This record gives sequence, structure tokens and C-alpha cells, in this order.
Amino acid sequence: MSRLLVIAFQPSDAVASAGFAASLGLPWDLLCLTGASDLDLGNEKIISANLDLIPPADGLATGLAKAIDGYSHIACVSSMQSKDFLARLAGTSDLAMVTDVVGIDSPTTFKRPIVAGSIIATVEVLSSPVAMTFRPAGFPKPARSGVSVQESITLETPSKATIVSRSVRGGARPDLSQAKVIVSGGRPLKDAETFERVIGGLADKLGGAIGATRAAVDSGIAPNEIQVGQTGKIVAPDLYIAAGISGSTQHMAGIKDSKIIVAINKDPDAPIFELADYGLVADLYDAIPAIQNEIA
Amino acid sequence: MKVLVPIKRVVDPYTKVRPLADGSGVDTSGAKFEINPFDEIAVEEAVRIREKIGDVEITVVSIGKSECEEQLRKALAMGADKAILIESDAEFDSLSIAKELAALATELQPELILMGKQATDDDCNQVGQMLAAKLNRPQATFASKVEVSTSGVTVTRETDDGDETLSLPFPCLVTADLRLNEPRYIGLPGIIKARSKPLERRTPATTPVVKVRVVRVEAPPAREAGRKVSSVSELVSILKDRGAL
Ligand SMILES: Cc1cc2nc3c(=O)[nH]c(=O)nc-3n(C[C@H](O)[C@H](O)[C@H](O)COP(=O)(O)OP(=O)(O)OC[C@H]3O[C@@H](n4cnc5c(N)ncnc54)[C@H](O)[C@@H]3O)c2cc1C
Ligand SMILES: Nc1ncnc2c1ncn2[C@@H]1O[C@H](COP(=O)(O)O)[C@@H](O)[C@H]1O
Repeated sequence: MSRLLVIAFQPSDAVASAGFAASLGLPWDLLCLTGASDLDLGNEKIISANLDLIPPADGLATGLAKAIDGYSHIACVSSMQSKDFLARLAGTSDLAMVTDVVGIDSPTTFKRPIVAGSIIATVEVLSSPVAMTFRPAGFPKPARSGVSVQESITLETPSKATIVSRSVRGGARPDLSQAKVIVSGGRPLKDAETFERVIGGLADKLGGAIGATRAAVDSGIAPNEIQVGQTGKIVAPDLYIAAGISGSTQHMAGIKDSKIIVAINKDPDAPIFELADYGLVADLYDAIPAIQNEIA
Repeated sequence: MKVLVPIKRVVDPYTKVRPLADGSGVDTSGAKFEINPFDEIAVEEAVRIREKIGDVEITVVSIGKSECEEQLRKALAMGADKAILIESDAEFDSLSIAKELAALATELQPELILMGKQATDDDCNQVGQMLAAKLNRPQATFASKVEVSTSGVTVTRETDDGDETLSLPFPCLVTADLRLNEPRYIGLPGIIKARSKPLERRTPATTPVVKVRVVRVEAPPAREAGRKVSSVSELVSILKDRGAL
């Protein structure tokens, strides 16, 4: 029988999953690892694991190996955390796996970007069950309906790894994956203080999040968790402002789903102008304060 | 200590690739091929570990066509001790690659398997985790720092919102993220020395059972052509009109 299990690390994943589940068109249940989910997402059951802390991937995969019994599809919102765990589970339970699904042709045929988003592949899954991670931006949110049945389970998650420490950065700004506005900076931002003042300043003015290129992260100008692109975060805001960013394939792979892309670059031939909706040829150190004044 | 580093031959990430006209695959004609950048970082890390603690034997392995020898030689030039080419024209998917690598790891018994977090051609980000599962080893993916002791490794790994430090006993598996290190430049002496290092060719130990197959490729939907604006005030007024500000 065909049935989908969505595994949510936190309640926001559950909300982000409803569109994907509706597109797949199968009856579905939600397994919430932490926290409590909304009750009207269109799923039949909500299974709560009530974990205080997400254990290392080997433990989590062991703990969930039984819980996936009876499901033809096991899915998570794409993130570093879900990839770490779900591919482990696919190994443990010998599941086919598809990473970063952006479109569904049928319950066994999916679309996903490859080679840094420069190609879209249609992949066919030849065995069941299948594990997959998906990017929520591609799946419109359905109208909410119904009330789910609630259950809880207890997971045994023995791990050979020991967590020594965990640190969460961020703070007051919205999360990159949820933000409506993102202001991103690249290599010319010089140092962390300048990045925070210029890029952070405009982001705060717009109530947005901050992002960066790999070049900015590598040179210590920006923290790694805000890297956007093929190997960083995939974002889909209403407005993406790229300041001092050349527009490499790897960076653009992460921002293509943005509604409006604005590029500020002093080189009129920068490749980013080919993809931006609005391009401003200017020095970002003049343009950003001017934008702030203009909207004040 | 033994370290095993699986490496994949991929199209140069700085080359722009397109689908073949009939959609049957990716057009890589004329393109350069390289070691997957994340695997190059894994090789570099293995070499640094040996430089730090001494008694370490590094084996690199690649599954694929005969041409993978080129990337294995480069890894030898970077400092790996020996290479294994599991030569096959067959189609593999992530799970079947993981199973083939698991068979090799069972034979070689490396304390540490170090590899890339993802291949830049298929962008799957699966094989490391699957291999660790098949071998029942603990894993640390997305490593940005690795410290080796006599009994295991302590790994700082990147997470969605910060970082995490895990301690893993041997045998274990670590996948490399971009910021683990910067691979060294290979000089001529390294390249010459690599020619006389052992490179063993063998046939696969397993028969791949493919569960996921690419059936078609196409170019991504194009974004509508944008335009340049002449001033900040024009930009701001457009964005206001469109409700974006
Ligand atoms: C395997 C792999 C994975 C990668 N993954 C990612 C990824 O996930 N994300 C990512 O971003 N990159 C990634 N990269 C790196 C990518 O290829 C580029 O090197 C990087 O995106 C370039 O960053 P940048 O635009 O900040 O720097 P640059 O390319 O140096 O561009 C800087 C731009 O700023 C402009 N400029 C300079 N001064 C000013 C000024 N005062 N005002 C306005 N404009 C100015 C310049 O004209 C230039 O266009 C990856 C690379 C590899 C090989
Ligand atoms: N054909 C291959 N030969 C050797 N190693 C591979 C091969 N394919 C994948 N790998 C390894 O698995 C990692 C993750 O690949 P992937 O899951 O395809 O993104 C790569 O960084 C390599 O270390």
C-alpha cells in the first residue's frame, strides 16, 4: 500500500511539508521528533516522539527503523540535519533515496537539480520504499483541513557517537529558509564588522535575514551557517538583494527560487546581472546607505 | 592506522554543463574532469593527519571507468600511499556505491574512512551516510575540524544553525565540508613520485542493483531576463510598486 511518512525535526518542518504531501497525493502521517505540530495539515495521524534533543544520526536511524514499517515513502524537508539522518536510515534499511526533490511527476518519478542546479534531472525510483528530502519552495501550500489523530512513540536511539557540544548562532534575525527578505554580501565586504554593519544594517531595516557567498564565509567575513548556494542554504524569499556578489553557478543554485533578485555590483559585466530581475551598477558602499535613506 | 578515502571523478565544477540535445544525459564533451572538490579536501585531511601523527597508511579508491586513474594519480601526488581502481562500466546508484565500498572496507579494515560530503555532479549527499550504516560505524558528516587521538576522532561539524562537536570511537566515518582545509598545490616532485606508487585495478566485488535511475535531464526553467536600473531611487520605487518593500 502507498502511504507517506513525513519526519519533522521541528514543528516548522511539519507546516512546510503540507504542500509536498498534497502534491504527492498519498495519504500521509507526520512523525514529529520534537515539539507539537498543528493539527490541521491534512494528514491522518500525528505521531510525537517528544525528544528533548536530536541524537546523532546513527542512533536516530536505529530508533526509526521500525517506525517506517508500512510506509512506501519516507520524507523530510531538505536540511543538513535531515540529509545526515535520512541517508543513514536509507543505508540501515536499504532504501532507495532521492535528495532535494523539487517536482513530482508520479509517486515514483521525481525532479531534482544536479550539477549545482545547472541541470534538472528526472529520476525514476525502481524499488519501494523510497526515502527523500524535498525543497518546500516548489510545492504550494494547500488549504488546511481536518484534524489529525494524535499518538506518541518512545524511541530508543543508541549511538556510538558522543555529543561533546552544540552551539547555535543566529539571534534576532529571521531564519534564512523562512525569511521574506534576504540581504547577501560577497567578498568585497572586507571584514566581519563591515559585513555586519553594511549587510546586517540593511537587513535589519527591511526585517530580513542575512546571507553570504562562500568567498565571504571562507575569508571569515561571515559565519558558515549563512552561506547560500549549492553547498550552503537554498533560499526562496520574496526579495533577494545580492551586494558585491559575482553570480557564480554555485551561488545562483541557491537563490533561483527567489521572487525578485536585485544585484548591486560595480562591474557592469558581472554574471549576476544575467539572472537578476533588477541590476544596479554601483559601489555597494554608496548604494546601500542610499537605499536605507530612500526607504527611511 | 589505516585511512580509506573514496574519491569520485567529476566534471570540473567551474565548467558550465548542458543537457545533451536528446535529454539522455549531461553533455561533458570537451570538459575537464577533476577529483570531486570535497574528496580532494578529504585526501588533504588524511595527509595532514599522517603529517601530524606519523604512522598512517592512506588508501584512495575510486569506482568507475578506466579514466578514474587520472584522479587516483592526483591523490597519490597529494600524498596518498596507494590507490585502488574498482573498474566498471556498469551503472551504480548511491546505495550500490556504498555497498561496493563497504565490501572493500570490510577487507581493508581502515580505522577511519574520510570522504566528501557530496559529489558536485549528482549533488546527492548520500554515500557517506549509507556506507557508515552498512558498516555499522558512527558518522560525522559536514566536518570542519578533525582531531585524531589513539582511540578515535573528535569532529567539529557544521549544522544548519551553528556547529556541533562529536566524539567518535574507531572505526568510524567522517565526511568533509568545504571549510575543513584548503588542499595543497601539487608540485612536480609529487607528480613524479606518484607515478611509482602502487595503483591496483580490480573488478567490483558486488553486482550493483540500481534502485534510483536518471531517466531524463533538461535545462532548468530560465528566469525571465531582468534589466538594469539607473539609480537607487528608481530601484526603490520599483520595489515599492511591486510590494517588495
Ligand atoms: C565545490 C564548490 C562549491 C561551492 N559552493 C558555493 C556555495 O554554496 N555558495 C557560494 O556562494 N559559492 C560557492 N562556491 C564558490 C563559487 O564558485 C564562487 O567562488 C563564489 O560564489 C564567489 O563569491 P563572491 O561572489 O563573493 O566573490 P567574487 O566572485 O570575487 O565576486 C565579488 C564581486 O563583487 C564585485 N565588487 C567588488 N567590490 C565591489 C563594491 N565595492 N561594490 C559592488 N560590487 C563590488 C566584483 O565586481 C565581483 O563581481 C563553491 C565552489 C566550489 C568549487
Ligand atoms: N564512484 C565513486 N567512487 C568512489 N567514491 C565515490 C563514488 N561516488 C561517490 N563517492 C563518494 O561518496 C561521496 C558522496 O557522494 P554523493 O552521495 O554521490 O554525493 C563522494 O564525495 C565520494 O567520497
